[in-house]
Amino acid sequence: MSNRPGSPLFLARRSYRFRRLMDAVRLLPVMALAFWLVPLLWPVPDTVADPKIMTSHALRYVFGVWLGMILLALFLWRRTARKIAQEYQS
Amino acid sequence: MVSLNQLIAVCLLYVVGLFAVAFAAERAAVKGRGDWLLRSPLVYTLSLSIYCTGWTFYGAVGYAARSGLEYVTIYLGPSLVLIGWWWLLRRLVRIGRSHRVTSVADLISSRYGKSNLLAILVTVMAVIGVTPYIALQLQSVTLSLSIFAAPPNLAGGTADPINTAQAAFWVAVGLGLFTVLFGTRNLNVNERHHGVVIAIAVEAIVKLLALIAVGVFVVWGLAGGLTEAMAQIDRSDIGVWQVDGGRWAALTLLAAAALICLPRMFQVLVVENDDERHLQIASWAFPLYLMMMSLFVVPIAVVGLNLLPEGSNPDLFVLSLPLSQGQNNLAMLAFLGGFSSATSMVIVATLALSTMVSNHIVMPIWLAFGQGTVQQSGDVRHVVILSRRLSILFIIALGYSYYRASGGSGALAAIGTISFGGVAQFLPVLLGGVFWRGATRTGAVFGLCIGFALWIFTMLLPSFGPGAALSAQTFEHGLFGLSWLRPEALFGVSGLDPTVHAVVWSLSLNTLAFILGSLVSFPTPMERLQGAQFVNIFDHSSPARGWTASEAGTEDLMIMAQRILGPNEAQAFFRAQARLQEKAEGLPEPTPRFVQALERELAASVGAATAHAMVAQLVGGASVSVRDLLAVADESAQMLEYSSQLEIKSRELSDTAEKLRGANDKLTQLSHQKDSFLSQISHELRTPMTSIRSFSEILRDAQALSPEEKTRYASIIHSETIRLTRLLDDLLGLSVLENGAVTLNREHGSLRDVLDLAVTTGKAANTGAIQIIRDLHSEDVMLETDFDRLAQVFINLITNAQKYCVADVPELRINVVRHDDHVAIDFIDNGAGIDPASRALIFEKFSRVPGQGGEGAGLGLAICREIITRLQGDIVYLPDVAGTGFRVTLPIGPHSDTPDNIQIAASA
Repeated sequence: MSNRPGSPLFLARRSYRFRRLMDAVRLLPVMALAFWLVPLLWPVPDTVADPKIMTSHALRYVFGVWLGMILLALFLWRRTARKIAQEYQS
Repeated sequence: MVSLNQLIAVCLLYVVGLFAVAFAAERAAVKGRGDWLLRSPLVYTLSLSIYCTGWTFYGAVGYAARSGLEYVTIYLGPSLVLIGWWWLLRRLVRIGRSHRVTSVADLISSRYGKSNLLAILVTVMAVIGVTPYIALQLQSVTLSLSIFAAPPNLAGGTADPINTAQAAFWVAVGLGLFTVLFGTRNLNVNERHHGVVIAIAVEAIVKLLALIAVGVFVVWGLAGGLTEAMAQIDRSDIGVWQVDGGRWAALTLLAAAALICLPRMFQVLVVENDDERHLQIASWAFPLYLMMMSLFVVPIAVVGLNLLPEGSNPDLFVLSLPLSQGQNNLAMLAFLGGFSSATSMVIVATLALSTMVSNHIVMPIWLAFGQGTVQQSGDVRHVVILSRRLSILFIIALGYSYYRASGGSGALAAIGTISFGGVAQFLPVLLGGVFWRGATRTGAVFGLCIGFALWIFTMLLPSFGPGAALSAQTFEHGLFGLSWLRPEALFGVSGLDPTVHAVVWSLSLNTLAFILGSLVSFPTPMERLQGAQFVNIFDHSSPARGWTASEAGTEDLMIMAQRILGPNEAQAFFRAQARLQEKAEGLPEPTPRFVQALERELAASVGAATAHAMVAQLVGGASVSVRDLLAVADESAQMLEYSSQLEIKSRELSDTAEKLRGANDKLTQLSHQKDSFLSQISHELRTPMTSIRSFSEILRDAQALSPEEKTRYASIIHSETIRLTRLLDDLLGLSVLENGAVTLNREHGSLRDVLDLAVTTGKAANTGAIQIIRDLHSEDVMLETDFDRLAQVFINLITNAQKYCVADVPELRINVVRHDDHVAIDFIDNGAGIDPASRALIFEKFSRVPGQGGEGAGLGLAICREIITRLQGDIVYLPDVAGTGFRVTLPIGPHSDTPDNIQIAASA
């Protein structure tokens, strides 16, 4: 039968999910920017005694964020690409 | 040890290989094969990698060796832009596709009303801005060659250092040749340079592999594993985070801006984009590429600092490290990687710039001078192609000159930053154009000029060093001795890092001038139209603008198109357009849609502004129609208008529905009326007919009838016949009246005469005695009307009163009241009046007040109403009087309307 009780709910849920994913697509660069501006807060030592951040730590942080963003973008692409293409066509 | 000759041989082999790949790709594209690869997201992403130039390949390591992690900002900025593709790149790509934009200058000029001035401005700025960048590539290739000629850590140093100027020259010549060969083969930019793109994709892979190979060698081969490498990094000079916050932010911004504004990046990002979907794939793939390119930079820098002798150029660690370890093949691969980085950048950059120069500078000038009339026959394409080739050579020559002028000594990263700063000046105008409808051409010109002047003064000229372009005195005391005009401390703000200082001042004042200029100026219609289309690109992607003039002869357009597109292409295009217009043969009509399509086709070859100018020459005059301007009208106004239109429409709909319902009700009622009319009439006809038939049968069949009886029966038949005749006469009269086919016989006369006649006739009918009370004096009213008809109405009213007045002493009062333009005649008796429920129906046909006797057919009052309506008067029942009252209202003034030539057949 065409009007199963569950199907409208399912559809609404899917388009709802798509919208939230698109929100994530829009927000991702903001998040990346925020993370990459964190180094502005790191101390720059003038003397040996000052607190300092080691370069290896900074490397792990910057590249970790980078990789995270790439994976998130990849995930979002997998989940939204088809629907976006459909919307382009319509 | 690799000899220089070996190196050059490998290098040439590599170039030949690239030629072959590019050539094969062109062939495949021509034959329509290999689309899966040529138009794949992989190739798109790889072609974006021309962002990673010789600067990335060599310079980043040098940068890291000098300033630690700061180098990474150059890749973070572009990663941010790509990850945020939804915000800006998506728009740019859509705009680029729907407006067939050929370059960043084309986009800006197109947005601001197809302004040639802006196109020229942006082109000149781009050429100046990119020149240091091209010099940087020449420098990186030359440096890498020189290190092979005089390698480090080798005893003796027998090899002669090469002549760098000469080497740079030959590199420049080679690059120019490759670009000319593959970049200007086809004219139509939107057909894209498949050969070049494929060659670049191959180079992208080579440089990534080379850098990773060196990185892997350094980390696992030299440093002894990842953990050890990390420890080594922390022990080194750059082991502690020392990045200045201002530089970190400013360089990230600069790199992000450069990714969008650099002509070559715009070329691969927007112009060569085949499919908008590729953008989202690139949104993770390109950051991934950038991350891999920068992954091993710090380890290479640190290991290089540790292993190589003091004073080695850190820009060349990528090469000198493997060389010093005797890894010749790795060094060769690294060299090819660097060579790839440098060459791919120069090729695409010169290609993009040459398109801009030829479209926005050479073509307009060529059009303006002599040959400028586009109707002239002959092929224009060779002019375009020639101008592109010359532009390529010119730009490369410019880069070479900069290289020579700067002495080829600066750190690669510093040169690259200068270039970024120059093209970043397009950013405010670009963003404003895409997101802000209020941005105007005047504002754009102001912003660009101020930003660019500041860039030259604070970044470009100081880069040559004190005493070269700017005197040492200017550095010390400011321009013209004005202390607030010091190139590295504008407005007395000193102590800033020079790069941050230049970026902050130039971009902020640029933006300010742009916004202020836009706020105070007023855009032309074309600007507003383009602005609306650019900003709302996703609302109306299809262009709404059209040429209004249709005077443009299709022949002229054809001649022009042939000269630019080539005869075959132009003819094919015209045929396709003719088919679209459903013309079997011949040239298409110069409809606005067709001219629009042609302009776009031309724009792909010569740029929007030039194409517009050429078409304008033929079509002439305004190209903005009222409809276009409507499109520019404020969004909210449009919305308001739309919703109010909706409201009106829905109101109209409900009105119409209401009317339809009313009409339906009336029709139903009429149908009922017709039914009851028919049944009434058959009843009315049947009654007298029955008695006529019965009595006539008696007369015929009965033998023994007395003469009295015969006379009685005959007189019954006679009276019934009379009744029947009267009924038929009434029906006929009513139908004539209702059809409007009545003719009035107008006369001039007194109301009193009519009433006299009516009263006399009414009394003669002798249906019952009634006292008639009149005021003869008030009846002296002269009328211009049909007196016979009027008398008929009055008689009807009087006889009705006689028949139906139930008072003991029946009495009828006739009052005449004269007004300005009409006279009211009331007939009021002292009877019982008419039941309120029946009042609405008394003027209808066959309606008889229930409970009353009488033999009438119920047509009298219906006839009265028809007659009075014809006489342009009115007859109503008076509800507020004691008894039954009717009021007849008649106009007094003379009037004439219906023709008076058909005699009415009815009688009372």
